[in-house]
Amino acid sequence: MRDLLVIFFAGVLLNNFILSRFLGICPFIGVSKRIETATGMGMAVIFVMAVASVITWAVQYYILVPLHLGYLQTIAFILVIAALVQLVEMVILKVSPTLYQALGIYLPLITTNCAVLGVAIINIRENYDIIQTAVNGIAGAAGFTLAIVLFAGIRERLDFAPIPEALKGFPLALITAGLMSIAFLGFTGFKLAALFGL
Amino acid sequence: MVYLKAILSLAGLGAVFGIMLGLAARKFAVESDPRVEKITGVLPGANCGGCGYPGCSGLASAIVTGSAPVDACPVGGQVVADRVSEIMGVQPAPARERQVAKVMCGGGEDKATSRFAYIGIRDCGAAGLVSGGPKACTFGCLGFGTCVKACPFGAMEMGADGLPVIDEAKCTGCGKCIEACPRGIIALVPVSARTQVLCRSHARGAEVRKVCKVGCIGCGICVKTCPNSAIVLEDNLARIIPDKCDNCGKCVEKCPTRCIVMTSQRDLHTVVTGGVGAGKGLSTGTEGPGGCCVAK
Repeated sequence: MRDLLVIFFAGVLLNNFILSRFLGICPFIGVSKRIETATGMGMAVIFVMAVASVITWAVQYYILVPLHLGYLQTIAFILVIAALVQLVEMVILKVSPTLYQALGIYLPLITTNCAVLGVAIINIRENYDIIQTAVNGIAGAAGFTLAIVLFAGIRERLDFAPIPEALKGFPLALITAGLMSIAFLGFTGFKLAALFGL
Repeated sequence: MVYLKAILSLAGLGAVFGIMLGLAARKFAVESDPRVEKITGVLPGANCGGCGYPGCSGLASAIVTGSAPVDACPVGGQVVADRVSEIMGVQPAPARERQVAKVMCGGGEDKATSRFAYIGIRDCGAAGLVSGGPKACTFGCLGFGTCVKACPFGAMEMGADGLPVIDEAKCTGCGKCIEACPRGIIALVPVSARTQVLCRSHARGAEVRKVCKVGCIGCGICVKTCPNSAIVLEDNLARIIPDKCDNCGKCVEKCPTRCIVMTSQRDLHTVVTGGVGAGKGLSTGTEGPGGCCVAK
């Protein structure tokens, strides 16, 4: 239980996918103009990452390893992720067409979001069991959501700030992202194991 | 054997996900208005954005929900508007006059002077950054064809005198060239408005004379000549009010710098009515009624 907590908080804060591992930057910059869309994107990513983690784990240990097909890992995982994103797309279109409109091109782009493939491959590399895999998947996505929602909040406020013309838009967004990344790197000093009494 | 195993396992995975998605597609099917599909089929499909919506399907759904009029596609014109109103089951929209883009500058390479030779990226925006561009006239066409590249309908080409030539038969009035032009020289005008002031220079007359043979010097002779008071002088530049102009051609005759021209159907720079303009700048290089529109 304790090491699950460690995996979770490490995934959210220390190894934050966007701010520490620098994966999934594209939706981070693209869908972070408003808090609502950022939250929607975060929820979609949480679902995709959690389910993708579990399914890719099963694919790895029940199909690829017994058949000695380890070299097919990447393509098999991409297959899983692509199918899941399709599913999420259908569900969102049914449940909330407004969110579907707002997410636009970034929804199908979760397919090529390297953070999702990244979490799947990291799970295998770290030799997690299925529970740890699921926790790591949820933690990675929660970290992604935390970063993107915080970032959207900052960007919404930046809209009203007096900003020099040359910095408006993406330049300042990238600088902000860099500063957030530095801030998150500060969590590296945490001794999570000690914190949870391990 | 190794390959067979790999192929079969991946194909198996794909099939499982395929079936799963197929079932999900049925379960989560969204009722969409069939008219959206139909209207998307009728629209030109160039996704030029001239209507202000992201692509033709965006406009189609806007028309179905009623947030856009049936004749909102500036490219399709009357034909498309009629077919869309048929699909929507409403009265066809009254005919609107077709708008075409026109290049409001007559200062080709032979008529406008250059300040320096520009060697760099062949793009008007880039050229304009180098101390205001090579043209001595800071209002004039830079002539690197940024608008031509922007045209999604192939209606523009560069003429031999370094000015873009617009094929009005192909021009749909989508406005992409207007967005692309860093000088703001291109304007949408009704296709029947033949008389045009081919100059955008607000500089004083003496300065205009120094840099261009066909610039508007703001003398006001056209304003006095016009029997319909259809011309006004604004900030050293003559402007024709299209509603009042009946294309009589009197201003074209009197303009001392020949910056007011009667344009032909084919293109703006196939200039007309004799005088300095005739014979020069006829650089479309294609058939078409060059010099046909004689003033009444």
